[in-house]
Amino acid sequence: MLEPARMPAAKIFGVGNAGVSLLEAINNGDFAGAGFAVVNTDAASLAASSAALKIHLETKLLRGLGTGGDPERGRAIAEEQFATLKTACEGMDVIFIVAGLGGGAGSGITPVLARAAKETGALVLAFVTLPFACEGNRRQQQAQQSLEQLKSVADGVICLPCQKTFKLIDENTSVLDTFRITGDLLVEGLRGVWRLLTRPGLIQIHFADLCALVRDRHSESAFASVEASGPARSREVVEKLLNHPLLDEGRALAESDAVLVSLMGGKDLTMAEVGRVMEQISRHCEHAQVIMGAAVDEAFKARLSVTVIVAKQTGAIAAAELPAGAASLTTAGDFAEPMGSRGSGRSMARCVPPVQSLTPEQREQMVARHGNGRSRKVVAKMRQAQLPLAIISKGRFDKSEPTIHKGEDLDIPTYIRRGVALN
Amino acid sequence: MFDDSSIIVGLEIGTSKVCAVVGERGADGMLNVIGLGQARSRGVRKGEIADTTQAEEDVRNAIVEAEQMADVEIRNVYLGVTGGHIRGFNNRGVHPVVSADREISEDDVQDVIKNAKAINLPTENNVVHAIRQHFFVDGQDGVTNPVGMLGSRLEVDVHVVHGNTNRLQNAIRLVKGLQLEVDEIVFNGLASSLALLTSEQKELGALVVDIGGGTTDYVVYAGGVIRHTGVLAIGGDHVSNDLAYGLKVPLSRAEKLKLEHGSALLNEEIKGQTVTITNELGLPLKTVNVEHLQRIMSLRLEEIFQLVAQDLEQAGLFDYLRAGVYLCGGGARVPRIAKLAEQVMQMPVSLGQTNSVSGLKSALDQPEFVTAIGLAKFGSFKARKREGKTSLAQGIKGALGHFLQRP
Repeated sequence: MLEPARMPAAKIFGVGNAGVSLLEAINNGDFAGAGFAVVNTDAASLAASSAALKIHLETKLLRGLGTGGDPERGRAIAEEQFATLKTACEGMDVIFIVAGLGGGAGSGITPVLARAAKETGALVLAFVTLPFACEGNRRQQQAQQSLEQLKSVADGVICLPCQKTFKLIDENTSVLDTFRITGDLLVEGLRGVWRLLTRPGLIQIHFADLCALVRDRHSESAFASVEASGPARSREVVEKLLNHPLLDEGRALAESDAVLVSLMGGKDLTMAEVGRVMEQISRHCEHAQVIMGAAVDEAFKARLSVTVIVAKQTGAIAAAELPAGAASLTTAGDFAEPMGSRGSGRSMARCVPPVQSLTPEQREQMVARHGNGRSRKVVAKMRQAQLPLAIISKGRFDKSEPTIHKGEDLDIPTYIRRGVALN
Repeated sequence: MFDDSSIIVGLEIGTSKVCAVVGERGADGMLNVIGLGQARSRGVRKGEIADTTQAEEDVRNAIVEAEQMADVEIRNVYLGVTGGHIRGFNNRGVHPVVSADREISEDDVQDVIKNAKAINLPTENNVVHAIRQHFFVDGQDGVTNPVGMLGSRLEVDVHVVHGNTNRLQNAIRLVKGLQLEVDEIVFNGLASSLALLTSEQKELGALVVDIGGGTTDYVVYAGGVIRHTGVLAIGGDHVSNDLAYGLKVPLSRAEKLKLEHGSALLNEEIKGQTVTITNELGLPLKTVNVEHLQRIMSLRLEEIFQLVAQDLEQAGLFDYLRAGVYLCGGGARVPRIAKLAEQVMQMPVSLGQTNSVSGLKSALDQPEFVTAIGLAKFGSFKARKREGKTSLAQGIKGALGHFLQRP
């Protein structure tokens, strides 16, 4: 046997309460070789974690009560401890960040941690969930805002909108199970990437390939993981993929510009099957750069599992995907707000500046500002509701049979599909 | 038997207009266009009928106009069909020659063509055309007429155009409802190519792209036979719709802007230029940036050509198009469209000219009427063929009659 290639040094960070509990689900030997770290403001959740490295972000301003759901506080405190975070990321090739966006710690700390990790030169991949619609508008907005910031600093953001998972689970699932399932989905995505990097494959994806695919793309990705067994499994997985709600019933594939496919099968995995799956997938994403890997796991008897990560074109489509309520958040602040003018409806001309690094004075100011607790009420001002942006009217073709060509709806104006800006 | 058999009518129920062309077959078999009727179409979307009542009215108007102009009564029409459901593909039929002397007879030829037509179509689909390409005798390629040759195995390649039966029937029923007989249905793309291409161009290899209101039909000829056909359910309507959406103007206004300021390529001099839309009283309503208008339009048209090019690339036909690309349909009126097509296809593109048809000058030069003229031309070919057969049959009958009458 040849000596296996050096495994990339990786560390998985769980951020916020959701991140910490997700990390618990991961930390069971599947990810051997990775370092684990948790970052949170809540001491109780950290204490329950089994991660090797625990970073407790705390100042006396928070009085041990966490961020209170305010990402600005989370961000302020992370900025304060920026050096600590950076040290924790030192020496790694890949940093995975797992977090649930929407809350204070997850939304606030994650972008700062991503920036810290990026500054050490690592490849930063974030796996995040967006909150359920029922969690309220405010959390949605915070999550969206954080996602934008995260996208501008991390190399790739793999995002799981919890709302979409409703289509996957049946109605009578308990709340507990629902959260567990969404957590599992996210972990599955992470595991797919992890397998790609670490398992000996029939067709190996090197770390360099992954880097080339995602580095500096700052994209938002969707992913899906499906499994099938039996003689028709290769066909079945493709069918399942194309009907997967997380891929918008296959539309995400057509709109993608980079696709990463990880196949995993038992010893009976044949090259023909790999070929068949790949052919089908590539046919649906013509414009995309496709990277594939196939690996064999003894435990997979007669099963075939495919994980697909789809990096979307930045611009029009990503914006069209945004759920309702992505209105611009008006926060009073003496530093630039990283949100662009989102509410205007014309989305492709949007550009999001990266999270600024703050000077020590600004940092102090920010912490102090949140210390006195007064500026909060500005956020709670009445805001006019916005109509959803996702609807692209097809005008006179609204009611006619759509012209679908390789997954693209040709009735939608070409310039919108191609993301050409009219300024 | 039919005293008005020299009158041939092509009827196209298009997305933007209904058009009827009345042709008269001269003594030499040449088609002479003697009448033309058209009406704005309101009941058709993407080449298929969406509102029967309105479409019926429009067809009636067009037919009446054509009748008046040509001063004939129209009873039969060749009906053009299109729509996203229409597909073309090549198929091969095989037939063993069983006669003792191994000579291929006319019956063998009929049988092999029948075999080639017996294809595995979805049950709801129907064959519109099965056009023979080449015969093979014992694997020998390029035989155009095998009757009388010796061989044991006869094969034929056909190009089959098929579509959804119900959707094809919709148009036929509508025409029949107007007390008109449908002689035959013809794929619009095929009709256009018949009207435009000379036999030389067909031999060299040519692509005809008919950009209509609701669909873009295309046909590839190479080596004198049809090699490929296709329909994209995108057309001028989409351009107008894109403009209406992008410039935020009503659809009717977008249509007008398209005609007045449209271009397939961005003009340099229009940078920053604007047009003011006024209401019926002449008061300004809105200012539209011409650059945006042309960009939206250019992208859509470019995409149409790209999709056609992709399809041909897949079929491996690009290298066969030595005579270039010919455009027709209302879309061919867009300024500089040939230039755009040239950029996408990387080969010479020109606007098509109807050939070997005489008559109304005003009709022959318009790219919109190419399909309807082609339909009439298709009819004239069919009539010539039929005539050939009947004259032969009559000849035999006459001879027999003569023989029987002998005392």
